[in-house]
Amino acid sequence: MREIQASEIREAVVRLILEASCRIGPDIEAAIRRGIDEETSPAGSEVLRQIAESYAIARQERIAICQDTGMAVFFVEIGQDVHINGGFEDAVNEGVRIAYRDGYLRKSVVNDPMFDRVNTGDNTPAVIHARLVPGDRIRILVTPKGFGSENMSRIRMFPPAAGVEGMKKFVVETVAEAGPNPCPPVIVGVGVGGTFEQAAIMAKRMTARGVGSHNDDPRYAALEDELLGEINRLGIGPAGIGGATTALAVNIGFCPTHIAGMPVAVNICCHCARHAEATL
Amino acid sequence: MNAKRIKLPLTRERARVLKAGDAVLLTGVVYTARDAAHKRLIRLLDEGKPLPIDVEDQVIYYVGPAPASPGHAVGPAGPTTSYRMDPYTPRLIELGLRGMIGKGLRSQAVIDAMKAHGAVYFGAVGGAAALIARSIRKSEVVCYEDLGSEAIHRFEIEDFPALVLIDSEGGNLYETGPAAFREQAEEQTRKREKG
Ligand code: SF4
Repeated sequence: MREIQASEIREAVVRLILEASCRIGPDIEAAIRRGIDEETSPAGSEVLRQIAESYAIARQERIAICQDTGMAVFFVEIGQDVHINGGFEDAVNEGVRIAYRDGYLRKSVVNDPMFDRVNTGDNTPAVIHARLVPGDRIRILVTPKGFGSENMSRIRMFPPAAGVEGMKKFVVETVAEAGPNPCPPVIVGVGVGGTFEQAAIMAKRMTARGVGSHNDDPRYAALEDELLGEINRLGIGPAGIGGATTALAVNIGFCPTHIAGMPVAVNICCHCARHAEATL
Repeated sequence: MNAKRIKLPLTRERARVLKAGDAVLLTGVVYTARDAAHKRLIRLLDEGKPLPIDVEDQVIYYVGPAPASPGHAVGPAGPTTSYRMDPYTPRLIELGLRGMIGKGLRSQAVIDAMKAHGAVYFGAVGGAAALIARSIRKSEVVCYEDLGSEAIHRFEIEDFPALVLIDSEGGNLYETGPAAFREQAEEQTRKREKG
C-alpha cells in the first residue's frame, strides 16, 4: 500500500489548473498557426492571428488565456493500492480555491442553478470523475471548460437503426447549429455508446485527447477524419465569420452499450481547449 | 486588414456608415454587462426607475473580466456569448443604446430593434482575451459590485479590435461570411470537375 498525502494532491491540482489556464497546448497552438497560412478567408486568417497572439501574451504574462476560466473538471484515476492520507475531494477543492485565487482566474460558479444563483466566490465545487484502477499511482487530468461552448453541447439517445449515418448527421448538425457561439475553431468531443451519462462523460473526456490524435480503432479513426472534413466544409470559419477552419479536431470515444440503444453525446469545446495532467 | 478608427460615444450618424464585415478599432468608453446586470437594468425599467447609466449613444460590452493581476488595468477580457442578453436587449436599444460588443448569434427581435433604432452589433474574437485586455486602459466598477466580475464596469478602451457583425440595416456577417466561403468552395469544385 503506497501512501499519498492529501496535500500532494492539493499542490498538484493548483499547479495543473494554473498551467492549463495560462498555457495553451502545443498541439492547438500549432493547428492555429497552420490555419493562419491555410485559411482561404483573409478575415478568418486575421482572427486566427489574433488568437495566436493572445496565446503568446497569456503565456508570457502568465495570465489566463480566456477570461472564462470555466468550471474545474477533473478526470482522476486512483490506483487501488494507494492510500490517501486525508480527504480526497477536500484536497481537490482546496486546490481549486488556491489556484483560482492566486492565478487571478475568474470565479464562475453559482451555488444554485435556478433560485439563488449566488457566486460561490472561489470556483468550487470542482466536478470530479474518479475511477479505481490497478496500481499504486494517481493520475489527475484537469480540463477547465468555459460555458460558451459547453452550452452548445448535445446528447441524443438514438435507436441502433440510426447507425453511422445518424451519428454523423447529429454531430455535424450540432456544430452547424452552434455556429459562431462556441468560439470556433472548435474541438469536437464525441462519446458513442454506454449509457446516457457515460456518453456525456466520454464526450467531455475526448475534448482533451489532443489535436492530431486518433482513435485506436481504424473505423472510428476514419470517421473522425471524415467528420472533420464535413464540418470544415460548413464554412462557419474562425469566430464564425466564414472560412475553412471551423474545427481543429473531431475526437470520438466509444464503449459497449445496451442492445436497444446508441447514445451519442457531442461536447463542443472552444479553441481554448485547456487541459493538463500529472501522475503522482 | 485596414481597420477604421471609430470614436465613442457612437452617434446615430457614426453608426450608420458602419457595414457588416468592417474591421474597426474602437476608442472611448464602453460599459460592461452580462445576464445578471441586464436583468437588474430591466427590472429598474419595469419599476419605472432610472438606470444607473445613461445608455444613449453608448456601447455595452458583454464581458465578465478575470481579476486583474499586478501591473494590469484589467484581467483577460474577451466577449461572452450574446444571445443570453437577447431577451433584454430590445428595451435598451429603444432607449438609445447604440452598440453592443459580443460574440455569436442574435435573435430576430434584437436585429429588428437594431434596424428600427440604428444600432450596431460588434464582435470581438472569443478566446483572444489576453490580447483584447491590452486595449482596455482603465476599468472601474459603476454599480452592482456584489456581482463581482458581472458588475457593470466602465472601461476606457483604445484601439479595441472588433468587427461589425450586424449593421444598422441588418447586414449580417454571420450569414454573408460563411455563404461566401461555401460559394467559393463550390466554384473551385466546379472548376476542378471541368478541368
Ligand atoms: S467558449 Fe471558450 S474561448 Fe469562448 S469565451 Fe468561453 S471559454 Fe473563452
